[in-house]
Amino acid sequence: MKILVCISHVPDTTSKINFTEGDTKFDTNGVQFVINPNDEFGLTRAMWFKEKQGATVDVVNVGGPETEPTLRKALAIGADSAIRVNTEPTDGFVVAKQLAKVVQDGGYDLVIAGRESIDYNGGMVPGMLARLSNANFVNTCIGLEVEGTAVTAVREIDGGKETVSTSFPLVIGGQKGLVEESDLRIPNMRGIMMARKKPLTVLEPVEASAETASVKFEKPAPKGAVTLIDPDNVEELVNLLHNEAKVI
Amino acid sequence: MSVLVYTESEQGTFKKVALEVASYAKAVANQMGTTVTAVTINAEDTSILGTYGVDKVLKVSDSQLEKFNANAYASIIAQAAQKEGSQVVIVSSSSDSKYLAPLLAVDLNAGYASNVVEAPTSTAPFTVKRTAFTNKAFNMTTINTDVKLVALSKNAFGLVENSAAAAAEDFTPSIPEFGVNVQSVDKVTGKVTIADAEIVVSGGRGLKGPENWGMVEELADVLGAATACSKPVSDLGWRPHSEHVGQTGKPVAANLYIAIGISGAIQHLAGINASKVKVVINTDPEAPFFKAADYGIVGDAFEVVPKLIEKLKTFKAQQ
Repeated sequence: MKILVCISHVPDTTSKINFTEGDTKFDTNGVQFVINPNDEFGLTRAMWFKEKQGATVDVVNVGGPETEPTLRKALAIGADSAIRVNTEPTDGFVVAKQLAKVVQDGGYDLVIAGRESIDYNGGMVPGMLARLSNANFVNTCIGLEVEGTAVTAVREIDGGKETVSTSFPLVIGGQKGLVEESDLRIPNMRGIMMARKKPLTVLEPVEASAETASVKFEKPAPKGAVTLIDPDNVEELVNLLHNEAKVI
Repeated sequence: MSVLVYTESEQGTFKKVALEVASYAKAVANQMGTTVTAVTINAEDTSILGTYGVDKVLKVSDSQLEKFNANAYASIIAQAAQKEGSQVVIVSSSSDSKYLAPLLAVDLNAGYASNVVEAPTSTAPFTVKRTAFTNKAFNMTTINTDVKLVALSKNAFGLVENSAAAAAEDFTPSIPEFGVNVQSVDKVTGKVTIADAEIVVSGGRGLKGPENWGMVEELADVLGAATACSKPVSDLGWRPHSEHVGQTGKPVAANLYIAIGISGAIQHLAGINASKVKVVINTDPEAPFFKAADYGIVGDAFEVVPKLIEKLKTFKAQQ
């Protein structure tokens, strides 16, 4: 089984979000970058396929050289090799196009991506990649088992979950549930040392033009101060929610 | 030419998000000087769509499509868009719509903007406001393709009544292979889901243990609300993952979000920020949630919540 895990390079979840260049660019100053959390659940699941079912696991990112430490971290966690497609990930379509080429050339059976990145929250790359590659697609995937050529996946739906059967080639939009938070791995020293020697291939992009363009960022309007209510007078809260906020 | 909107139904009845996307489609159609066509799959009575501005309905009825399939549904919507010559296609942010939207984007060669929160600020270039950085920011985005695909955030536009004909006609598109087949569905019935809820009541580690969730559930019951929880609570296994809301969990865009014993970590606040009114109950006046909330009570949840339940019961009885 050949697995490709797509790795987005995103600001840590605790990052303060600021913009620069007239609010057109994300301000990376002082921001720590990490593997996108939804991708990290998928990477860990891929490690289990590697250890229990003898899969090979490559990781890929579409981005500039600044994303390489994030790919090295994925190698330190246990991926076999890494690919970076050297282009600006201008929109989801451009990224999906690059990944489709990597998938086609690499002959992967299974591609695991996160359901969305936590920066742009587009939620479009896995599905577009699946469609461009003529692969099956399961989104918001919280469980994945492979036996021979039979794949069983669990998808989170509004208000519950459903179990589906499908086959390779397959693209997964994964999230927490593929593995648990406690299953995530922190690279150890041996892993970090080995990661330095593992191949990280830089590929030049294929032709693709963005379909959308980010014009400007805005931060939400600052919030007014909280109205505090005396804990001995909760009736006041009921009144405010009814008469002022009009939500009950 | 008309704006095409996919109006989702469940067991024949439209979901609330379907009426919201119809309202939104009408606003976009007005801006573009055109009409609204809805495509429905196994919906029974489609006349209600007229109330939200839909001029024409393409009704697909096929027993094969009883269970959702992203491949097939995306292909059907694409065929409807092609039939109507639509330049703008609108879907909701339900889990099904977010699943099919990227497939549909590829089929239509359409640029796709998700998490859109307002009617376009301009139609040429087609410019929409969407959330990014998990509600910590907004992003103005232009869609530069001939066909544009927009996924509207839940509870962002609301329901707007209009009067239109909703003239229904049968539509029989070709149906592709499914590729992915549903074996079983495990859905809680009779309980409000976080996705559909107008009000969400959420508990954090301040509640000390899973055995104390009775009052959270009772409060949710009185309000007709869904229950949710913070990340530590789901990680500790006190509550199921499906209740985890926040940056890596489910997003909440409710009218009212009540946080009990949740300190308000930045990741949690990001996930619930799209909610309109936020209430926090916490013993710690320094908890960051008080900076994000509209109403707050500094106090012990074990005393405040039972009192609140009692007052709400009295209030509901008077209504």
